[in-house]
Amino acid sequence: MESTVSNMSSGSKITGFPPATDIDTGVIPIRPSGRGMLQLSVDETRRSAALKAPIKARAEGLNFYYGDFKALKDLNMEIREKQVTALIGPSGCGKSTFLRCFNRMHDLTPGSRYEGSITLQPEDMNLVASDVDPIEVRMRIGMVFQKPNPFPKSIYENVAYGLRIRGVRSTLRIQEEVEKALRGAALWDEVRDRLSSSALSLSGGQQQRLCIARALATSPEMLLFDEPTSALDPIATARIEELIAALREQVTVLIVTHNMQQAARVSDYTAFMYLGELIEFDETSRIFTNPGRKATEDYITGRYG
Amino acid sequence: MSTEGLTHHISSRYNEDLERLRSSVMEMGALVERQLTQAIGGITEPDARVIIRVAQEELLVNQFERSIDEECSRILATRGPTASDLRLIITILKTITDLERIGDEGQKIAAIASRLAVRERPNGRYRELRNLGELVIAMVHDTLDAFARLDTELALEVVRRDRTVDEEYEAIHRQNITFMMEDPRSIRRALDVMWVVRSMERVGDHAKNVCEYLIFLVHGKDVRHTRLEEIEKELHAAKG
Repeated sequence: MESTVSNMSSGSKITGFPPATDIDTGVIPIRPSGRGMLQLSVDETRRSAALKAPIKARAEGLNFYYGDFKALKDLNMEIREKQVTALIGPSGCGKSTFLRCFNRMHDLTPGSRYEGSITLQPEDMNLVASDVDPIEVRMRIGMVFQKPNPFPKSIYENVAYGLRIRGVRSTLRIQEEVEKALRGAALWDEVRDRLSSSALSLSGGQQQRLCIARALATSPEMLLFDEPTSALDPIATARIEELIAALREQVTVLIVTHNMQQAARVSDYTAFMYLGELIEFDETSRIFTNPGRKATEDYITGRYG
Repeated sequence: MSTEGLTHHISSRYNEDLERLRSSVMEMGALVERQLTQAIGGITEPDARVIIRVAQEELLVNQFERSIDEECSRILATRGPTASDLRLIITILKTITDLERIGDEGQKIAAIASRLAVRERPNGRYRELRNLGELVIAMVHDTLDAFARLDTELALEVVRRDRTVDEEYEAIHRQNITFMMEDPRSIRRALDVMWVVRSMERVGDHAKNVCEYLIFLVHGKDVRHTRLEEIEKELHAAKG
């Protein structure tokens, strides 16, 4: 895929004709992103094989209980490395509950209980096993919440915090990492001159990007987003979406969103959940053009209810 | 996907929009079918008014095409349709182009029919044209029928019939070459006949296109540029 993408953007090769079929994948790249809705599939099965990245995490027979209430029912799903996977479904379907399992956010909820496993690859570590330290899990899997929640400290300190917790002492190293994280979150140019100002002086969209930078600073393998744009205006939303698309270069992303168009825009894979069950999981382009299950179709076309 | 499936959005206005769009396409289709029937009828039953009527209806057809196009753009912009709704909009956008072209072919046939009418008629009284004409009118009729009922079996049937049309076209083609060689005075008429059968053959192609879009709409399978046997297999798999 990469070679065709660079061909298309190199400029000199763009002609009035559609680009030739990629010999390896049998895909005619219409959009340079290589993950668009409009990929002409010359050979469906070959295309899927070509797009399949290695597995980063795998949920197997995952059940989750809030006391007696079974919120997740026998979930089986694979999260692919450096891809964006979206979880969609009506309120109460368990998508946020599922997302939170990935960094053990439920541990403090009394009466909650995990069954089954979510294994992080390549070492096959079961994230929800009681003998696995949640702190270690959260070092490897970061989270960004619905409402931006920066610490009431300076912009710099917000990003440096995770590094200090991890025991990084060198000021130079911290400075480098802070800049890298802020650049990664597309915020650097806006705050480089005011790193010591309070994080609370930033706009909502900037605060959210700061939270992303904070999560990025510790170089996590996976980032969880729980409705990251529901409190933001359309422009800030577009920025975050751009950012999520760019993040897939470095991390695996799992995102819960109520905005289905957002899921369609930013994700490579989409999982539709309903009443605690995984109803359908497939490539996003397929889910939004030709889903396999009636329930999925009803939900994404607005016929649910 | 069923016909009833199209009317259960939470937003009743969205339902109404899609319903209205579908019935506009059906109306446009009915108009085109009438245009074509009149034009082809004009070959065997010469009638000077046919060409005028067909031309008047062409204006209406064009208006339909434009307003349906606009409505599709509006729905795309405001509703962000997905899955079967998205496929419906795409299908309609393509269908109206083919319908409009069927209308154009009808107009061409009507024009040539009026020329043929003032000329001496051959012994067969254009029987072969009438046969082919009836074949393609039936194709258009059944296409619209299949569209209204989302009936992919019927659509496949129409796709199959396109082969017969192509064979008929070939036969008339050969026959006319013979006529022209036997009697050069028939060349003018034979050429006109060739233009008519060419238009009819194109109508068959357009009907077939619409049927292929319909299969895409219902099953989400793109069957354009696919061999008939492959389409049959795909459809069987989609249902199985």
